[in-house]
Amino acid sequence: MQYLLLIYENEKRYANGYDPKEMEGYAAYGKEFGAKIKAGNALQPTSTATTVRLREDKRLTTDGPFAETKEQLGGFYLMEAKDIDEAIHMAGKIPAARFGSIEVRPIMKFD
Amino acid sequence: MTSLEQLCRDEWGRLLSALIRAVGDFDAAEEALQETFAAAVPVWAAAVPRNPRGWLYGAARHKAIDVLRRRGRFSAMAGALAEEHEQSRAPVEEDDVPDERLRLIFTCCHPALPPEAQVALTLRTLCGLTTEEIARAFLVAPVTMAQRLVRAKGKIRGAKIPYAVPPLEELPERLSAVVSVVYLVFNEGHSAAQGEVLFRGELCAEAIRLARLLRALIPVPLPEVESLLALMLLHDARRPARQNAAGELVLLSDQDRSRWNREQLNEGIALLKRALCLGPPGPYALEAAIAAVHAEAARAEDTDWKQIALLYQRLEERHPSPVVSLNRAVAVSMADGPTAALPLVDALASALSDYHLWHATRGNLLARLARRDEAARAYLRASELVQNDAEKRFLLKRLAELQA
Repeated sequence: MQYLLLIYENEKRYANGYDPKEMEGYAAYGKEFGAKIKAGNALQPTSTATTVRLREDKRLTTDGPFAETKEQLGGFYLMEAKDIDEAIHMAGKIPAARFGSIEVRPIMKFD
Repeated sequence: MTSLEQLCRDEWGRLLSALIRAVGDFDAAEEALQETFAAAVPVWAAAVPRNPRGWLYGAARHKAIDVLRRRGRFSAMAGALAEEHEQSRAPVEEDDVPDERLRLIFTCCHPALPPEAQVALTLRTLCGLTTEEIARAFLVAPVTMAQRLVRAKGKIRGAKIPYAVPPLEELPERLSAVVSVVYLVFNEGHSAAQGEVLFRGELCAEAIRLARLLRALIPVPLPEVESLLALMLLHDARRPARQNAAGELVLLSDQDRSRWNREQLNEGIALLKRALCLGPPGPYALEAAIAAVHAEAARAEDTDWKQIALLYQRLEERHPSPVVSLNRAVAVSMADGPTAALPLVDALASALSDYHLWHATRGNLLARLARRDEAARAYLRASELVQNDAEKRFLLKRLAELQA
């Protein structure tokens, strides 16, 4: 079973660069769950986001994220886990869990 | 209740827990068990089997395989089960039915499910209440409750909420979630939030049954579980005296204490004593201790209010909440008089100005201080805010007395 762990936190925390201590935390996380991480990336801030919609066959392209929120999607991990408990356990160990929130979403399987 | 209906109530949780484990599918297990009980009616009318539980389990397992086949959800597990089933048609003995209720409790009370769904799922699967009964108990439309259950089961399947007892390091946290579900069930029964009846005894009884079950299933005694059971027994023991013949609320001070369930009070007190030996008291233990002090007073005027005020103070220190503070103020008013209590109540104005009991408490204190007009205003506001009809009648009666 795979779960996407979506990392939401206030991106203002990174306005002046990254805290090296926190980065060490991510490195350690990668080591600890290396075998479980199928994919994972950090995203550039929402100031770089572009939103695309198709309405009546016309493509609308706008600046900004899909919705303005207090916390923004800042990165993700795609994890292999035996059940939601294991996914929750791994979500709780992401350094950002201390500041923001991690949304755990099971990956849909089409038969 | 016929013996089969009674058996359904008593055995539903255990049978379902074993079936889910066997077939790995919540819905199929539930449907099969329901069909089995329906099918048992005519068969049992002729002759009740020698071992009812084993008979039901054997039949339900067979049906569960049918259900899975019907749905085309025939997993490897069900395949193996079917094969095993074909090979041995020997009747299942009573003790061969595994007790998997602890797994079931932890799945139903999983924190990834919304609290109201945890409550509903627990009552449906472990207590064997029907969807209609649960809907009635929580005053929602049956279709709403059915949707809630379907969504919860959908999440169990979709997000893969495990059918397992959590590992030791997570047990305290997860057990707390279970305990709070049991307490939610009890509270809904003990003081119905809204509607016509004052309380729903059947929900209290189910909560007590769940706590007893939990206590029997966990390998070591846990103070939180012991204390909660004590608390519920102590509160529920007063049920026969809480309402008069006209269906009106009777205050603790006016209750006929001979109608309290003595046996239940004694059991609660004994449990509480044991829980207090297990470690420092948590919120349930402190609340149970308060209930025990009330239980030990033969007459209302014998109540040790100083002790109760002290217990509320400890509760306030460790688990602060405006409602606890309000209760402490009431105890202080009984121990030291309304003059000492009124400032404590007034200090809670901003937190509790929408809470009917805050106004009712103020009304009571003001009346005792002979400030009748202010008291009447407070009771009037309380009666406007209250949602339970029996409580409303009570408040309006107080108001009428003040205006007489």
